Amino acid sequence: MGATKTNNGNIFSKLIKQQLFIPLAALLILIIFNLIMDPSFLKITLGYNNIGNPVLSGYIIRILDNGSEVAILAIGMTLVTAASGGQDISVGAAVAIAGSVLLRVLCGSNTHPETLQAPIIVGFLVSCLVAMLFGAFNGVLVAYFKIQPMVATLILYTAGRSIAAWVNNNELPIISEASFGYFGGYIPGIPVPTPLIIAVACMVAIGLVLKFTNLRLYTQAVGINESSSKLNGLNPQLIKLLSFVILGICVAVVGLIKVSRNSTINYSVIAKDIEMDAILAVALGGNALGGGKFSMAASIIGAYVIQLLTTTLFKFKVPSDALPAYKAVVVIILVVISAPVVREWFSSMIKKFQTKEVA
Amino acid sequence: MSNSALLEMRNIHKSFPGVRALQGVDFTLRHGEIHALMGENGAGKSTLIKVLTGVYGKDEGQISLEGSAVAIHSPQDAQKVGISTVYQEISLCPNLSVAENIYIGRTAGICQNWKKMNDGAEKILRSLEIPAKATQQLESCSIAVQQMIAIARAVDMDCKVLILDEPTSSLDEQEVAKLFKLMRDLKKKGVGIIFVTHFLDQVYEVCDRITVMRDGKLVGEYAIKDLPRVQLVSKMLGKELDDMADIQDEQQAYKREEGAVPVLEAEGLVSDAGIKPFDFHIDKGEVNGFTGLLGSGRSECVRAIFGADRVTGGTVKKNGKPIKIAKPLDAMKNGIAYLPEDRKIDGIVGDLSVRDNLILAQQVLKGFFKPFSKAEANKFADEYIKLLSIKTASADTPIKSLSGGNQQKVILARWLLTHPEYLILDEPTRGIDVGTKVDIQKLVLKLASEGMSVTFISSELDEMLRTCSRLVVMRDRKVVGELKGSDLNQNKVMNTIAGGEK
Repeated sequence: MGATKTNNGNIFSKLIKQQLFIPLAALLILIIFNLIMDPSFLKITLGYNNIGNPVLSGYIIRILDNGSEVAILAIGMTLVTAASGGQDISVGAAVAIAGSVLLRVLCGSNTHPETLQAPIIVGFLVSCLVAMLFGAFNGVLVAYFKIQPMVATLILYTAGRSIAAWVNNNELPIISEASFGYFGGYIPGIPVPTPLIIAVACMVAIGLVLKFTNLRLYTQAVGINESSSKLNGLNPQLIKLLSFVILGICVAVVGLIKVSRNSTINYSVIAKDIEMDAILAVALGGNALGGGKFSMAASIIGAYVIQLLTTTLFKFKVPSDALPAYKAVVVIILVVISAPVVREWFSSMIKKFQTKEVA
Repeated sequence: MSNSALLEMRNIHKSFPGVRALQGVDFTLRHGEIHALMGENGAGKSTLIKVLTGVYGKDEGQISLEGSAVAIHSPQDAQKVGISTVYQEISLCPNLSVAENIYIGRTAGICQNWKKMNDGAEKILRSLEIPAKATQQLESCSIAVQQMIAIARAVDMDCKVLILDEPTSSLDEQEVAKLFKLMRDLKKKGVGIIFVTHFLDQVYEVCDRITVMRDGKLVGEYAIKDLPRVQLVSKMLGKELDDMADIQDEQQAYKREEGAVPVLEAEGLVSDAGIKPFDFHIDKGEVNGFTGLLGSGRSECVRAIFGADRVTGGTVKKNGKPIKIAKPLDAMKNGIAYLPEDRKIDGIVGDLSVRDNLILAQQVLKGFFKPFSKAEANKFADEYIKLLSIKTASADTPIKSLSGGNQQKVILARWLLTHPEYLILDEPTRGIDVGTKVDIQKLVLKLASEGMSVTFISSELDEMLRTCSRLVVMRDRKVVGELKGSDLNQNKVMNTIAGGEK
């Protein structure tokens, strides 16, 4: 899908025009930088954790593990951005609701149950349903009432964490059942962190959906030209709504991972500011935040760039208070470089340089 | 009404890259005169007005106001010398009060004497007999009153020349009457009014003189009584009435079965786009067309047939069986295809590739869960790129980087791919080069000879007469006639379009 095939453009300027170029280059530069500072950066070791299960460890594993949530949310956020030309800022709050519902179903009325009151899968499906409903709520506001996505989702952004607390009567349920911890940790016998496995599963799922349905074509058409899509028999409202519901599924999956990581929930902290990272992932992927064409792969890579950046900064002992400021600097650089204006300028500079060389 | 010239524009030239929008246009406006500026789309009316109001700079020519040359470089300059414009879309602030709207941007200093402002506004409103209160919020006034307030603002700014750019297109008859009264009052006060409209009846009701433009050139300036409607239409369309070079019906008509029911038959169809209910039918292998001036409702009619606007009444039968078309998908499922009038807004999906644009409609028909494989999509794209000789670097090229004519061919290919029984082409030849125009007309005739029914709409009467065997004539959003056979000549068509000749 990226660059058009022309005979005169050389490989390098063609490469630069590829949407994947910027996020991949950022990823590569960050890795090389880390390697120079610490040659053991890429090292992965197989060890055993305190209960005797084999686990892989190393910086890369940690980045892949911790980046899972943003990567999963980036999938839904990419679709919402493409279809509606706006962003959902309520995903962090929605994750809190999904996690809270999950705990509520698993714990029943007792906040510290010895055994689970319902199978985990039931809890997950219920939280999934709830998250999809909240997604549909946002979607209806955006698609049918034509409210700007950011304004529409501001409602849930504000109210979501209170709703999450209300679901469990403002108590903090704790789950002691070991198997619940698998989703945010390791499944015994499998050395790969489960969040990474879940994230990969989500990527495969969306990959299959994009391959075997017209989701990509319809979403892009609606995002680029709603009026023309309508005259081609599409229902733009339904497609926008669908994108929000898909984001709802992503939210439920992230809710499961987040709650499982801690076996409990903190309503005001869980998945805090994750919406900004998800939006950033879409932007770093070079996707237009005004909607239209999108590259799912680029968004997902964008998500891991963010995680890599965070880990790198931590590694260099940047105090956590100062972290956002450092992050912002790098993000600004990336976003400016990937702006079409700058890229045009780059490729024209390259052309000029080449003609000089030839002459 | 005095005869001294208020505004004179002499030998105005303006070019845009690739287009000579104005070529040596003269325009004269006298004191106390309502002067209609007429011409079809692309004739240069709006460019002339934008030059006059300083939106565009002119390449050449002089503008003088009351005998002395003026330099207008920006809309502010125009306002300072006394030229005010009221556009079709009201450019006031709906959330402010009437008085605030009248005075916005024209008060000196940071302090505001509210009482004085409201009193002043009240006085203006009363003097122009506008039914609104100064403190009322603008939103709460009807569109016509808002339009009048925009005029009041212009008048109060001591304007000598008032330009009304299609002010009546969103007004109903009573509102138009109110607006005309206001215009006549201003005329008595010596204001020169330039009136741009597509409604012929309104021109003859309120104007004193007419200037006609075509293709960026001045056709002429006429007193209203010297220019009957038919003459005006012929001047706008650029066809001399005596120019009776008959166009032979060259098409090989499709052999119709005797007594066959029409492919599509509509009765009393009406949509929310403001057309009067109309009846319509088309036979298998027939090419017919809607004709009329711009804004006469011809596009709205076909949009109603396709379900593009909300249909509010009427029945539709296809091959004799009643069908219900509530949205475009219903029409598509019934074998109807529609190439919309505005290619950029309703046709292309700009950032998508030629291939994706081409398969879009057929893909939607096929369903969400059955995407074409890449190989299939490429096959379709290559086939139609070749068939219609679409000039594109590849099927992967974004459609927006193609020329207008080639974009149009892609949209045409999109609908041909759905193998429709009934194809509606709304202005398929607008804004594209002559070669492609001829290609498209030939294609239309070929498709019809193979049994497809086609409705063809064009602003160019030539094309319509060449391709259509029956014309539905519209004026002011009503069907006013139907012409076929020997009636299909320019005189007759123009007479019917003009109508109302007294």
